[in-house]
Amino acid sequence: MIVLFWICAFVLLITGLAVIASRQPVHSVVSLIVNFSALAVLFLTLSAEFLAMMQIIIYAGAILVLFLFVIALLTIGNQPVETGRGKLAFQAVPAVAAGAVALGTIWYGVRVAWSSGAQRISPDFGSVSLFGSALLTTHVFAFEVTAFVLLVAIVGVVLMAARKEVRF
Amino acid sequence: MPHVPLAGYLALASALFVIGAIGFLVRRNPLTMLMSIELMWNAGNLAFAAFARSFEDMSGQIFVFIVITVAAAEAAIALAIVVMVFRHRADVDVDEISIMRG
Repeated sequence: MIVLFWICAFVLLITGLAVIASRQPVHSVVSLIVNFSALAVLFLTLSAEFLAMMQIIIYAGAILVLFLFVIALLTIGNQPVETGRGKLAFQAVPAVAAGAVALGTIWYGVRVAWSSGAQRISPDFGSVSLFGSALLTTHVFAFEVTAFVLLVAIVGVVLMAARKEVRF
Repeated sequence: MPHVPLAGYLALASALFVIGAIGFLVRRNPLTMLMSIELMWNAGNLAFAAFARSFEDMSGQIFVFIVITVAAAEAAIALAIVVMVFRHRADVDVDEISIMRG
């Protein structure tokens, strides 16, 4: 389990850096697929079976295909982006510095507050049946609200995509 | 089978979140920025799942499920906005899209 965790952590960090470092958006998407797969394995080590499946099906299957469609739609015959210096090109150094400070702060807090060892959990924790009963009894209101959020998203996307004339 | 303690998962999730945040701040391609946002969603999901196992409470995993759904809706809407903007502009630099500036 620990070996699996370290392998997945390594893959997650490397592919995460590859997502934000590669020039071509397609390369970023490929790195992101590997990243999501490693995260699904980490969900399995956390005994979250249903979430691992959802991670593969929804994220790697649906959202990234959406990204690929948009990339294929937008990058035909266009110039590669980020060629020259942008208006805010100086933002890279402060952004990385702020990220390093935030990471150090979070790691310090994690070490202080949550450094207790792993305890035993019951073997059937995280099974799909427990997940389903929790989702459809205790958290059924959030479930219904999520359905409404998806409906609003569909209506909004269709409204934006179907409009012919937009001024910018 | 020994388990990894909660702090390991939290440290990994925070590293992933910071990578996504830096990518969002540094990059100027809106597609890459959206992928950085997905990285940050996933870091939060990992922390939720780790806490769920640590406290033996399924509510954390329910949260992850809802976050995944909202992330799908967000990706769809954001990509629709990106397509709509790019239909009328040749360049794809977010620094150039400043029409909403007051």
